[in-house]
Amino acid sequence: MSKNVKTVTMIPGDGIGPEISAAVMKIFEAAKAPITWEERNVTAIKGPGGRWMIPPDAKESMDRSKIGLKGPLKTPIAAGHPSMNLLLRKTFDLYANVRPCVSIEGYKTPYTDVNLVTIRENTEGEYSGIEHMIVDGVVQSIKLITENASRRIAEYAFEYARNNKRTSVTAVHKANIMRMSDGLFLRKCREVAENYKDIKFTEMYLDTVCLNMVQDPTQFDVLVMPNLYGDILSDLCAGLIGGLGVTPSGNIGANGVAIFESVHGTAPDIAGMDLANPTALLLSAVMMLHHMGLHDHADKIQTACFDTIRDKKVLTKDLGGSAKCSEFTAEICRRVQDLD
Amino acid sequence: MTTRSVRALSGALKPLFSPRSPQGYVVAVCHQTHKSTYTAPPARYGGRHTVTLIPGDGIGPELAKHVCELFRFCCVPVDFEVVNVDSTETSEDDINNAIMAIRRNGVALKGNIETNHNLPPSYKSRNSLLRTTLDLYASVMHCQSLPGVRTQHRNIDIITIRENTEGEYSSLEHENVPGVVESLKIITRTKSLRIADYAFRTAREKGRRRVTAVHKANIMKLGDGLFLECCKEVASGYPEITFDSMIVDNTTMQLVSRPQQFDVMVMPNLYGNVVSNVCAGLVGGPGLVPGANYGENYAVFETGTRNTGKSIANRNTANPTAMLLASCLLLDHLKLHGYASMIRKAILSTITDSRVRSHRCYMQYVGGIQLLLLRPALYFDITLNMSSPLCSSCTLLIWEVRAPHLKWSSPSWMQSRALDLAHRGTRNQMTVRLYL
Repeated sequence: MSKNVKTVTMIPGDGIGPEISAAVMKIFEAAKAPITWEERNVTAIKGPGGRWMIPPDAKESMDRSKIGLKGPLKTPIAAGHPSMNLLLRKTFDLYANVRPCVSIEGYKTPYTDVNLVTIRENTEGEYSGIEHMIVDGVVQSIKLITENASRRIAEYAFEYARNNKRTSVTAVHKANIMRMSDGLFLRKCREVAENYKDIKFTEMYLDTVCLNMVQDPTQFDVLVMPNLYGDILSDLCAGLIGGLGVTPSGNIGANGVAIFESVHGTAPDIAGMDLANPTALLLSAVMMLHHMGLHDHADKIQTACFDTIRDKKVLTKDLGGSAKCSEFTAEICRRVQDLD
Repeated sequence: MTTRSVRALSGALKPLFSPRSPQGYVVAVCHQTHKSTYTAPPARYGGRHTVTLIPGDGIGPELAKHVCELFRFCCVPVDFEVVNVDSTETSEDDINNAIMAIRRNGVALKGNIETNHNLPPSYKSRNSLLRTTLDLYASVMHCQSLPGVRTQHRNIDIITIRENTEGEYSSLEHENVPGVVESLKIITRTKSLRIADYAFRTAREKGRRRVTAVHKANIMKLGDGLFLECCKEVASGYPEITFDSMIVDNTTMQLVSRPQQFDVMVMPNLYGNVVSNVCAGLVGGPGLVPGANYGENYAVFETGTRNTGKSIANRNTANPTAMLLASCLLLDHLKLHGYASMIRKAILSTITDSRVRSHRCYMQYVGGIQLLLLRPALYFDITLNMSSPLCSSCTLLIWEVRAPHLKWSSPSWMQSRALDLAHRGTRNQMTVRLYL
């Protein structure tokens, strides 16, 4: 059987980025995944016309491969250019941010059996960046909701639910207060739900979701929502399973582009010391494999990773152990090879 | 100045200095009444206060009934002026009547009024209208871990102070181009300073050490940036209180992993909604936490998470704790501290008493509170043999003995309540506890 070797653009990032990217590449090699990596740097450069953009070779690589894996990027202060994440989002029109939150056996949190996915609209909403000071002391921020973006995210949410065999999709909104904007979002979700009769569709207020989420997160399955609510809820769910160090994340764009990333920070204090935990990036890479259809490899790597954490013998410092990043990686590689 | 004019002048000043109207003297001399010397609202006659009661929808009416019953039992000197607001009506007459009643009485106890979000934007949320018209700028919720309530986290003690009138709840929306809707979030310097000042003052009064401002100023640089700036400005006037800030998504993550690190939190409207609901969920749910909305001149008390509870309405399963604790906050506001602490103590004892809590029926739970409120100096248990023919006559005998300082309603009512709540032992035997 000929295996189509796929190209993936790897963006190591800053801080602990290079170490964890190397760890992921090693694990993929051990799993014999049919992936070749193209490493690229995305530090912003000023293009013709004075607009900030990502380096052209990075863009060209992404356009060709359509799939990217990104480590943490440093947010520059007073560098003059906007955050790199924002730039990537705008360049590739990454409209959906998907975060599956599954409780990790072996990494104990007060919440067990969490298994939900938050799908957040990533291009508009409260983060459109349109703000004005009308008079001195009065600021207005504009929240933008459009029909197209709402329909697109709703369609993606239902497609995701269908492809991943999820049973229900819940739209999170605050239409009692923001009648027109969230009302539009809700209407589009309802319209799209008509075409997916096999999936249960419910609507819930944002505050009710928050209230129920911290009491019993098992009642939720797939959640779809506009930008701000998505930001808050996805981090809330990440907190339920143990934080950003173990949460995978994927950004889906138009034209089939998808960039999977780890959402934690660059951790400059432990950079270069072989102490980092590659779990977040690894789980994002597993998400990527699922997205590409390589389910066997994805399951193998995920099982190896979860078994290692469950055994608790070789764990990095943030998971409660004392092993180094390389030791943790080697352990997972060993398990992956054993699973073959 | 002639003697006559001095006498005339003193005559003119006499009413001001008259001991019969000390209030008038205060008003004439000191124009600015300091907020901390707030006096009880004017709706007080013959020692009894009048409070507006808005039952609302869903579980609101039943909870309101519990409060009325409890107050009647405890002989609290509060009379409720009930104003019903019909949420199905499109005209705003009902809510305007309610607002007028609150202006009249100064204080209110309120259930949540449902907002049908499928109606057009011309139908504004009634709750929001009430808050903005009466300028109830601070929504305060005190979330405390309660003994006897099992939750994932313990030892939580957070006060959330939320700006209640502006921010994302301005209801200013328009559709310039079909398919593109803009919603305005307004942040003003005045209101941000006001809520920050309220937060720090509350922290000082309650002896709190730390105030955390929750924001998203890395994205909404102007709006939340202004809010943060105002908080920092006010913080400089309270050097004994530590001030820090946290981005809202990090805040929610920290709340579910380590909520004990938070003390007082101050935030704009929407983040306040999210954070206060998360905190309420952490301490045990919407049925346990009361909420208060304070303005310059008015105060409205309700359940903290403002739920209508449509799915559990009229089934006698709603937890009245939040509403009853809100009524205690109301009594504290009216300076009836004795009644407030008595009821609060009874409620907390009832929650920890698992025997009463295991009853599914909360009418009995409220009865439990009433029984606990009797605060007996002396009681004795009588064990009756149920099969004995003397049983019913014995029961009658018991209720002949009364405590003169307590007002009893009909004996049969007390009989059935006591039987429900004090029942112990086997089927054939019944123990009745008689309080003196």
